[in-house]
Amino acid sequence: MERPTPAVKLNRAGLSKNDYVGSPSTLCKGCGHNSVASQLIQIAYELDLRPQEIIKLSGIGCSSKSPAYFLGQSHGFNSLHGRMPSLGTGALVANHAVRAIGISGDGDTGSIGLGQFKHMLRRNVRMVYIVENNGVYGLTKGQFSATSDEGAKLKYAGTNPFPGIDICMEALVAGAGFVARTFAGDAKQVREVIKAGLSYRGTAVIDIISPCVAFNDEPDSRHSYAYGREHEQALQEVGFIPAQEEIYIDDYDPGTTQVVELHDGSRMTLRKLEADFDQADRLAGMARLERANAAGELLTGIVYYDDRRPNFAELSELGETPLSMLPDAKLRPSADQLQAFLAGYA
Amino acid sequence: MRVNDFSIVVATANGTGSQTANLTLLRSFFKMGIPVHGKNIFPSNIQGLPTWYHIRVNKDGYIARKPSELLVAFNPATLHEDVATLPSGGVVVHNLDLHLKPERADLTYYPVPVKQLLAGVEVKGKIKEYIANMTYVGVVAHLLGVPLDVIEEALEHHFGKRRKLVDSNLEVVRLAHAWAVENLVKTDEFKVEPMNATAGLIMMTGNEAGALGAVFGGASVSGWYPITPSTSFIDALREYLGKLRHDVDGRPTYVVIQAEDELAAIGMVVGAGWAGARAVTATSGPGLSLMAEFLGLAYYAEVPAVVWDIQRVGPSTGLPTRTSQGDVAFAYYLGHGDTKQVLLFPSSIEECFEFGYRAHDLADALQTPVLVLSDLDLGMNNWMGEPFVYPDAPLNRGKVLSAEEVAALPDFGRYKDVDGDGVPYRTLPGNENPRAAWFGRGTGHDENARYSERADHWVQNMDRLARKFETARAMVPTAVSDERPGAELGIIAYGTTRYAIEEARDLLAANGVVTDFMRVRALPIGAEVRDFVARHERLVVIEMNRDAQLTAILRDELPEHAAKLKPIAYLDGMPLTAAWVAERLAAHLGE
Repeated sequence: MERPTPAVKLNRAGLSKNDYVGSPSTLCKGCGHNSVASQLIQIAYELDLRPQEIIKLSGIGCSSKSPAYFLGQSHGFNSLHGRMPSLGTGALVANHAVRAIGISGDGDTGSIGLGQFKHMLRRNVRMVYIVENNGVYGLTKGQFSATSDEGAKLKYAGTNPFPGIDICMEALVAGAGFVARTFAGDAKQVREVIKAGLSYRGTAVIDIISPCVAFNDEPDSRHSYAYGREHEQALQEVGFIPAQEEIYIDDYDPGTTQVVELHDGSRMTLRKLEADFDQADRLAGMARLERANAAGELLTGIVYYDDRRPNFAELSELGETPLSMLPDAKLRPSADQLQAFLAGYA
Repeated sequence: MRVNDFSIVVATANGTGSQTANLTLLRSFFKMGIPVHGKNIFPSNIQGLPTWYHIRVNKDGYIARKPSELLVAFNPATLHEDVATLPSGGVVVHNLDLHLKPERADLTYYPVPVKQLLAGVEVKGKIKEYIANMTYVGVVAHLLGVPLDVIEEALEHHFGKRRKLVDSNLEVVRLAHAWAVENLVKTDEFKVEPMNATAGLIMMTGNEAGALGAVFGGASVSGWYPITPSTSFIDALREYLGKLRHDVDGRPTYVVIQAEDELAAIGMVVGAGWAGARAVTATSGPGLSLMAEFLGLAYYAEVPAVVWDIQRVGPSTGLPTRTSQGDVAFAYYLGHGDTKQVLLFPSSIEECFEFGYRAHDLADALQTPVLVLSDLDLGMNNWMGEPFVYPDAPLNRGKVLSAEEVAALPDFGRYKDVDGDGVPYRTLPGNENPRAAWFGRGTGHDENARYSERADHWVQNMDRLARKFETARAMVPTAVSDERPGAELGIIAYGTTRYAIEEARDLLAANGVVTDFMRVRALPIGAEVRDFVARHERLVVIEMNRDAQLTAILRDELPEHAAKLKPIAYLDGMPLTAAWVAERLAAHLGE
């Protein structure tokens, strides 16, 4: 007798959660980026998104690999270092009916990509722009990134003498209408913020602090990179990567702080924005970020929200049909039009 | 008398509004039915540095640059040098206020009292300065015999419906003309007479023609960044799209974005190409170098993109306003690793228009970037041409699978060589089939676009890309040749050098030296180029760059003939002259 197969729960798009997964991750075990990918899978399932409506875009780096690990039925493009914003702008101009999830990293956005990042915000293309921010270069094994804290110490890079670039502050200065910061281990907040970002009509910047398990480690630890190097002969090209558990934190109240222990044993203080914080006040957002930074706290939540600016497709007065779907007759003017036009050059 | 056969140079300072006067003269000859071409030789400067406008009038249709016989000397800074360049029998129309002494007895001098002529004209300030140039139009019209109603027609063309501007400029022309009739006794031999050689022709710049071609190629997205001499391409593109590409509800069916730099400009083009829109950008050498990484990615990820490189003299900023063919090798191998790009070489406004739309067909059909290598001379100057022929074939969107087509396949592999031509099938974002999605990337990938570092996957993929390039060989515009019985030399060239070469061949033929000529119109080369090279024992390749870039590419592709291919390099930033070509060819044959 045949056993009944357990019913797979389908969402209103008729899809199971499994329909939203991507290829297996090649990132380190315990990397916060994987947790962001799994939240994106959950969100897409919960919001009944059709994978065909989504495009996934990224630049270069550990973070930029991650679009391959969620929404395997969505088109995606892993482009060039820091230049996903321009690629995304072109793609969204060609097809403004799709929604874009852009995944970048702190090296990708904060260094070569800073210009494109800020210009994309000026244009306000419709994209959820996630920066998986770990303050370190992972793929090239442990250099400081532009967002590394001043005074931060790394085994091979030494002490960082420069102040870090604050992604949220840059977004606010560039005129972004949706600016948020969250922590990869705070699954609930990550989900809430990304869902809000997906409903935003312009560029939604979400800076997700996502600690690196491989390069923020203690040199005297058995699981350190230094230890790994000593034993490298037997290992893969990427060297020794410590297996770590992903960091999860429990929900905590607005206005309160929570201390999180990172993989290397260091601690990070998260502060969730106060419930009465005015998210419509850009200057207040900057001031609040500044205060949190001065206090050594990582402020999380939606720092600024303003939906009044038209997005780029609206500004371009694009019609309903995406440019990429226009029939040939609408792409090529007629022979009569050519003739009439050339008469002006006779 | 020398009727309809001479060259004029107008020497002014940059930014003095002389372009209106120059173009009025140019178009007047054109409207009289006389073959004509003008070249603006200008400095990289907004205002003040010397600029020269060369007009070649030739009843037989030769329009290459030719050292000038008539000089309009309105620039004090170069007055004596300019006069010194004239051949014996030349003419100097000079601004009397510059106090030029007529020191050469072999020239004819016509002083024009510009200040005096303008005294009665009721315009002030900057406009008066601009309009002063129209005085030479009036004087030259009288000396050469251009009817004033033709000048008026040319001004109407230039200013469109702005009648006030037509009238104010025409007033100065009439004043100067009347003064010349009254005061100048013509003693030179140059004159024009109406003929019928331009009837039905059009006149426009190469950048305008290329932009119009892009519009008829269905270009819908352009990301760009200003750089001379390509900017006027996008200016024209935006203007033409604005006139020709709106939906029934009046909404634009295009977007033109001024990017923050060339890195972003090409990113937008590649993004749009990936998403399924036809996209184009225009740049020049320095901009192309910034686009290199993205174009390498587009080659490897197999995304269509069209780039117009309006070449100028490099390296680096080089001579930003002078013409060159110096980007050929760089553009051909653009990208790191093993890359080869499809290049098109237009030589006329007709080809700019044709390649303008064909570039998009090729890019889509081959799923690869296509670079159109024009140059400053072609791009920014006005050229005569036949009215453009409406594209005879529908848009070729290449191998794009719909949701239904994907459903009908047992499987969809983005990079599978299903047809054996190296060109895979693609799907566009938004395709409803759940199996249609693929992940574009610059990293190693298998036939299903999945990340792979496997050696066999890499080799298969690169071999297929090489096979695709072989497919391109048969799809790109073929080279055109003119072969004559008894030829003792084969000439190979591309782009705008053709005009000087064609004239030089006739000069040599008049002396009994017969040559064959093949004009390459694209890379990779087709079989016809190989055959031409094989058929000739003596061959020269004429190029406007120092290092014989096409010669090197031909030698690489045709190693068995490498020793036969002799380069002739020309690289001073000025358009080629027939005299130079004829002299070099004669010297080569004498070797």
